[in-house]
Amino acid sequence: MTPHAAPASERTPAPAACWSCSGAVDKDGLFCVTCGALQPPLPADHFARFGLPAGFGLDVPALERRYFELQRRMHPDRFAARLPKEREYSQQHAANLNDAYQTLRAPVSRAEYLLALRGKPMRGSGQETVDDEEILVHAMEMREQLAEAASPADVEAILKTAAEQAKSVERDIAAAFAAGDLAAAGRGTLRLKYLHKFLDDARERRGRPKL
Amino acid sequence: MNLLQIHEPGQTPLPHAKKSMAVGIDLGTTNSLVAVSENQKPLVLKDTHGRGLVPSAVLYQAGSIHVGELARAALKDHPERVVVSIKRLMGRGQEDVMRVADQLPYELDTSAGGMVRVKVGGRVLTPVEVSGHILEELRGRAERTLNREVRQAVITVPAHFDDGARNATKDSAKLAGLQVLRLVNEPTAAALAYGLDKGAEGTYAVYDLGGGTFDVSVLRLRMGVFQVLATGGHVQLGGDDFDRAVAEHFLGERTRMVGAEKATTADVKRALAVARQAREHLTAHETGSWPLDLGGRLTWHSLDQATLNQLIAPKVEQTIEIARCVLDDARLEPSELSGIVLVGGVTRTPLVRRRVAEFFGREPLTDIDPDEVVALGAALQAEALTRGSEALLLDVTPLSLGLETMGGLVEKVVQRNTPIPVSIAQEFTTYQDGQTAMAIHVVQGERELVGENRSLARFELHGIPPMTAGAARIRVLFSVDADGLLTVSAEETTTGTRQEVAVKPAYGLSESEMAAMLRASIDHAKDDMNERLLREARVDAERLLHAIDGAICADGDLLEDRERKDVQRLIEALHRAMAGRDRGAILDGIDTLNAGTEAFAARRMDRGIQAALQGVAVNALAERLEAPKPHGRGRK
Repeated sequence: MTPHAAPASERTPAPAACWSCSGAVDKDGLFCVTCGALQPPLPADHFARFGLPAGFGLDVPALERRYFELQRRMHPDRFAARLPKEREYSQQHAANLNDAYQTLRAPVSRAEYLLALRGKPMRGSGQETVDDEEILVHAMEMREQLAEAASPADVEAILKTAAEQAKSVERDIAAAFAAGDLAAAGRGTLRLKYLHKFLDDARERRGRPKL
Repeated sequence: MNLLQIHEPGQTPLPHAKKSMAVGIDLGTTNSLVAVSENQKPLVLKDTHGRGLVPSAVLYQAGSIHVGELARAALKDHPERVVVSIKRLMGRGQEDVMRVADQLPYELDTSAGGMVRVKVGGRVLTPVEVSGHILEELRGRAERTLNREVRQAVITVPAHFDDGARNATKDSAKLAGLQVLRLVNEPTAAALAYGLDKGAEGTYAVYDLGGGTFDVSVLRLRMGVFQVLATGGHVQLGGDDFDRAVAEHFLGERTRMVGAEKATTADVKRALAVARQAREHLTAHETGSWPLDLGGRLTWHSLDQATLNQLIAPKVEQTIEIARCVLDDARLEPSELSGIVLVGGVTRTPLVRRRVAEFFGREPLTDIDPDEVVALGAALQAEALTRGSEALLLDVTPLSLGLETMGGLVEKVVQRNTPIPVSIAQEFTTYQDGQTAMAIHVVQGERELVGENRSLARFELHGIPPMTAGAARIRVLFSVDADGLLTVSAEETTTGTRQEVAVKPAYGLSESEMAAMLRASIDHAKDDMNERLLREARVDAERLLHAIDGAICADGDLLEDRERKDVQRLIEALHRAMAGRDRGAILDGIDTLNAGTEAFAARRMDRGIQAALQGVAVNALAERLEAPKPHGRGRK
C-alpha cells in the first residue's frame, strides 16, 4: 500500500489461513504460500484492488498494467484444470477486477465512484436534478450548434471544442477532489457527464452520414 | 514431435491408447474444422485428401448418419435427407424462425412448441442434435488422426451469439461426448492465431464474414493480453445471404424462361447449392454459367462479377455499417488501427475485400488461411487451458443484458462490451402497496422495448414482505461467466429472500430432454462401434482411391485403354460399396482394386527407378536411395 493512499481505500486484513490446507496466505491475500491455492477475494475498494492511491488523478497507464498483471494471475482461463472452488474464486476475482477497471478507467465513472467513496454519492443515473443553470444553458447551446451543423467539418469542429472542454472540466474535478471540495467535484462530474453524452451523440452524427 | 501419425491402410489402431488431448473446433455454418496445438504450433487436422474443411452438412439415411462431403454431395439428389446451415437455428425459438422461415432450406416441425425442430429423412431433430452429429464427426476425425482419445474442446461461436445459442452449442457438445473447456468468440480466436504467430502489439479489427453470421471485433494486443475493446455483428448475415440473392436471381430468370413453377423445399436447396457454386467460382473468375435442374427441367444461367456485385452489395454495405458502429463503440477511427484481419471463406469475395480495404483505408491481412484461422486460434486456446500459456484473452459481452420494467421498457444492467466475467447488481423496488411477488424477465439486446429484444428467461421472486410501494429493496445480480453465459439471482435485501436461475431459455432443451438424448446416445454405443469399423473401412478405401487417382494422373500413359477401363470399373465398384453399409463389401472392393492395379504399380516402380538413375552420379545415387521418404504432411 502506498503511503499517500486515502484511508478509505484500505484493504481488510487477509485471513491468516488457506481454505484448502490451512497454511499461510501471501501478503496480497491472493494465493496460499504452502499449496498455491487461490484464495477467495477480500472486500476492497476499486483503488485498493490495484494497489493504487485513491484519487481522481489516477495514473491510467499504471491502472492498465496492474489490471493486465492481475488478470494474468486470476482469470478463469488460468484455472480451467483446477479445483471447482478455485475456479469459482477465480471467476469472482476476475469479475471484481473487470468491474474495478471499467469504473476507474473512464473519468465520469471514476469521479462518481470517488464521490460515493468519500460519502457524497450522486443520485442514480438520469435522476440528477439540474439546478446548475450554467450547465443547462451550455448544454442546450451546444445541442443547437450540432443541430445546425451543415458540413462534416462543422461537426468535427464542434467535437474538438467539446473534447477540449471535457479535458478542462476533468482538471477542475481533479482540483476540487484535491482541495476536498466534494460539492464542486459533484458539479464538475455532472458537467462532464453532459459533455460525454454530447460527444457520443456528435460522434454518432459524424460516423453515420445519410446514405 | 509426435503430433500426426499416418498409418498404413488397415492398420489404424483404436484410440484410448494414449493420453487424451484437447482440440479446438470451429463449428461453422457452412464448414467446420478441428485443430490441435502443441507447443503453440496449431495445426488443422485433415482427411486423406488433404481437406481440412468438413462441410457442416448432415445426411440422414435409414440406418446411418453421414457428415461432410458425402452429405453435401447428396444435396443434389436427395435434398430432403440433408441438413445444411443448421447453425442459423441454434438457440432459436419457433417465433424467431417463423419470421425467416421462407428463407430457410428446411422443413420445420412446429407441432411441439418451444424449440425449433427440423424434419429430415423421416426424422424430427433439434438443431442441438444436428450440431451434435457434426461435432461427433469432428471428434472422430481428431481421434483417428491423433490416435488419442479426445474428450475436451474449445468451441468457437460467433461473438454475436446470444445466450440461447451459446447454451445450445454447449448442449450439442455434451451429446457428442465433449466437455467444453471454453466457448471462445470467433473473431477473438482469429486474433489469437494472428497475435501469437506474429508477436504483434497494437489495435486490430477482425472482420469475420462466415456462411451465416457476421462479426466485427476490435482488439488491443499488449503484454500478451488480447483485450477485446468492442464487438458487434449480425447472427443472420453471411455467405448464405449472398447465395440467396444469387438463387433468387437465377429463379427469376428461370420463371421468365419457362413460366411460373411451384418450388419445393428441395428445389430451393438445389437452387441455393448452384448459387453457392456460382458465387465461389466468381471469386477467381470473371464469368461463368451453371445448369439448374428442377423437376426434370433444365435451364442454364450465366453470371458475371459485375452482376454478382450488384446482387450482394446491399449485404456487403450492411457489414461495413456494422464495422463503423463497432469502431464508434471502441472510440476509434479506422486510421488508428494497426491492421485488419479477414476471417471466413466468404471474405475471398472480391467485392468484400475491396469494400473492407476502402473502409479501413488499408489492405487487410490474409497471411493465415481465412478458413482455418478460427480453428487454429481455438486449438491454441485449448492448449492454453489445458497446459498453460503466456497469453490471455479478455473478452466482452456482445449484447446488453437487462430486465423488463414497468411499461414494457428495458433497464440495462450489463452494458454491451463489458469485460467478462462480470457480476453487476442493480436494485429494483415494488410498485404496489403490499406487493409480495415480483416477476423477473431477463432480456438481451440493445432496444428500449422488451418486445424487440431477445427474451432469455422469466422467473418470480416470492416472499417479499408486504410493504408500501417503493419500500422493498430487490437486488438483482447478473453474473456472466467467461463463456459468456448468464446467471441471474434476485434477493429481497431486508429479509434475504432469494431466488436464482441459470438462464436457460424457453426454447432451449430441458434437463429431461438432454438426459433422454444422452441415454439414446449411450444405447447407440454398440451401433457406434460398428459404425466406427465401417467408417474405418471407408477411410481405407478413400486412401486407396486417392493413391490410385494420383498414380493415374502422374503415369496414366502406362495403362492401355483396356486396362484403364478395367481399373475404372473397379474404382466405380468400390465407390458403390462405400456408399453402402456393408463393411465386408468395402474390404473386398479394396482387395480387388489392389489386385487389379498390381501390374500398373509394378510398371510405375520400374519407371521410378529409371528416373532415379538418370544422370545421377553413383555416390549421389547411394544417398538418394538411403534418404528417408517424405512422410505424409503437416510435420513442422
